[in-house]
Amino acid sequence: MEKRARFESRWLPYALIAPQMAITLVFFFLPAAQCLYQSLFVQDAFGNATQFVWFENFQDLFRNDEYLASFRVTAVFSFLVAILGRSISLLLATLADRVIRNATIYKTLLIWPYAVAPAVAAVLWLFLFNPTLGIVAHWLTSFGIPWDPLLNGTHALIMVVVAAIWKQISYNFLFFLAGLQSIPKSLIEAAAIDGAGPVKRFVTIVFPLLSPTTFFLLVVNIIYAFIETFAIIDAATGGGPGQATQILVYKVYADGFKGLDLGSSYAQSVVLMVILITLTVVQFRYVERKVQY
Amino acid sequence: MIENRPILTFVSHLILIIGVAIVALPVYVTFVASSLQADEVLQSPMPMLPGSHLIENYTKVLSQGASTNVTTAPVGRMMFNSLVSALVIAIGKIAISLLSAFAIVYFRFRFRALAFWMIFVTLMLPVEVRILPTFKVVSDLHMLDTYAGLTIPLIASATATFLFRQFFLTIPDELAEAARIDGAGPMRFFWDVVVPLSRPSIAALFLILFIFGWNQYLWPLLVTTDESMYTTVIGIKRMIAGGEAATEWNLVMATAMLAMLPPALLVLLTQKWFVKGLVDTEK
Repeated sequence: MEKRARFESRWLPYALIAPQMAITLVFFFLPAAQCLYQSLFVQDAFGNATQFVWFENFQDLFRNDEYLASFRVTAVFSFLVAILGRSISLLLATLADRVIRNATIYKTLLIWPYAVAPAVAAVLWLFLFNPTLGIVAHWLTSFGIPWDPLLNGTHALIMVVVAAIWKQISYNFLFFLAGLQSIPKSLIEAAAIDGAGPVKRFVTIVFPLLSPTTFFLLVVNIIYAFIETFAIIDAATGGGPGQATQILVYKVYADGFKGLDLGSSYAQSVVLMVILITLTVVQFRYVERKVQY
Repeated sequence: MIENRPILTFVSHLILIIGVAIVALPVYVTFVASSLQADEVLQSPMPMLPGSHLIENYTKVLSQGASTNVTTAPVGRMMFNSLVSALVIAIGKIAISLLSAFAIVYFRFRFRALAFWMIFVTLMLPVEVRILPTFKVVSDLHMLDTYAGLTIPLIASATATFLFRQFFLTIPDELAEAARIDGAGPMRFFWDVVVPLSRPSIAALFLILFIFGWNQYLWPLLVTTDESMYTTVIGIKRMIAGGEAATEWNLVMATAMLAMLPPALLVLLTQKWFVKGLVDTEK
């Protein structure tokens, strides 16, 4: 879409766009270019000696068991966050849509976790799940379920997944509810007259019509699990115990700032960028076309 | 409702109430813990009803900071830092996005398409994936431990620019033509027509961006080493870093409540605007 009415000026548009461009160049493109460039070098921890090694950093990465393990953790983590998080939110949104008269009350009661910082969400759940003083941990042990996220990797992963889903629940809920409320009531009524019960209506009409929202939220949740959950991981587990919760974005940070393995950290950044660019392109292609039945 | 099924409606309410209760549980426990004494929190299980030390705990963290084993600045100071960075990020993003969207929509100039794509690409490069080099740039510019370092690198925003671009495209062409015939220059048109018309989008966006700024984690973690520059979220992380036994959980939890309160209030009080902002920014 283009405007017919325009203004003419030789310099004004450049001046208007200059602040955005300056910040973008200095804080986005310069670092990203540095990343690409530096990922081809090996450096010592003090940055004194560098050696050009072509793609050796990348080859090392994909031969490194720790890195591959981190890939697996990320895959499991984002799968759980995206699938469980959306399922719970879809269930709540469907029920809230059903009891339409009170839907706004439930909406109010469910939207505020959006405002909680991921790191704070992590500290909250860390407190609940803490083996010595956490109340949830206490309930679990009194049911005879052994629980120690500080030593057991699976427990730690469950803890960060719960915190990540909790933080994202309101976002998913709001989009599902909006999607549900935009489905024409006449369709549902027609199906009801034809004798379809609530479950059948959901499976054959509502869910298919909701597919654009579901797919959109899938991409958003995967990006969320890949990137924004950094704060949750760092505040709750620090990637541990061992490497049980070390997702890719956390490893970039751990290797770069703690391990001082710079070349590897740069190469990992590049890999993450490629993943993210792919996801964003998928998202935008979808937004452009609005695939629907 | 399509048909009357009282049992199903009852079950729906029941599940929703359970859901709401589970979602609220962590915050309730946090609130209770923030009203207890340190040794009461350490009991197993800790009490599930609020204690009597609420005001004492909050005044203590606000004026003195939280922990005996790690020195932290008073939480009042941290909240001020959070407020400054959230405001600068939100207002800065809106300002530069308004200007660049105006340039892209209302002018035809060389490199327009290039500029548009450059802004678009920033969507794909959040700070988390380019941590090291961005940190290096900021440190080379001597912006560590400054408000500028906390905010400026986060100000470039593709989302806000696209949102405003989308909105400007819906402004009728007649308005710009009328303004031109009346002899108004582009900036006059910008201030007197475009900005007032954009007010609803600006308000909705401000909420989203304020929360985004207030809740920043990785970036302030990297650029602040001086405790007087910590934001609230970072402060909490530093308080629990001192090791399990030494952490005064009642004070940490009071700080967590203080970190949650401003953005949560904002969401609840401006619910309609907030939902609009959230839905708009994803289009």
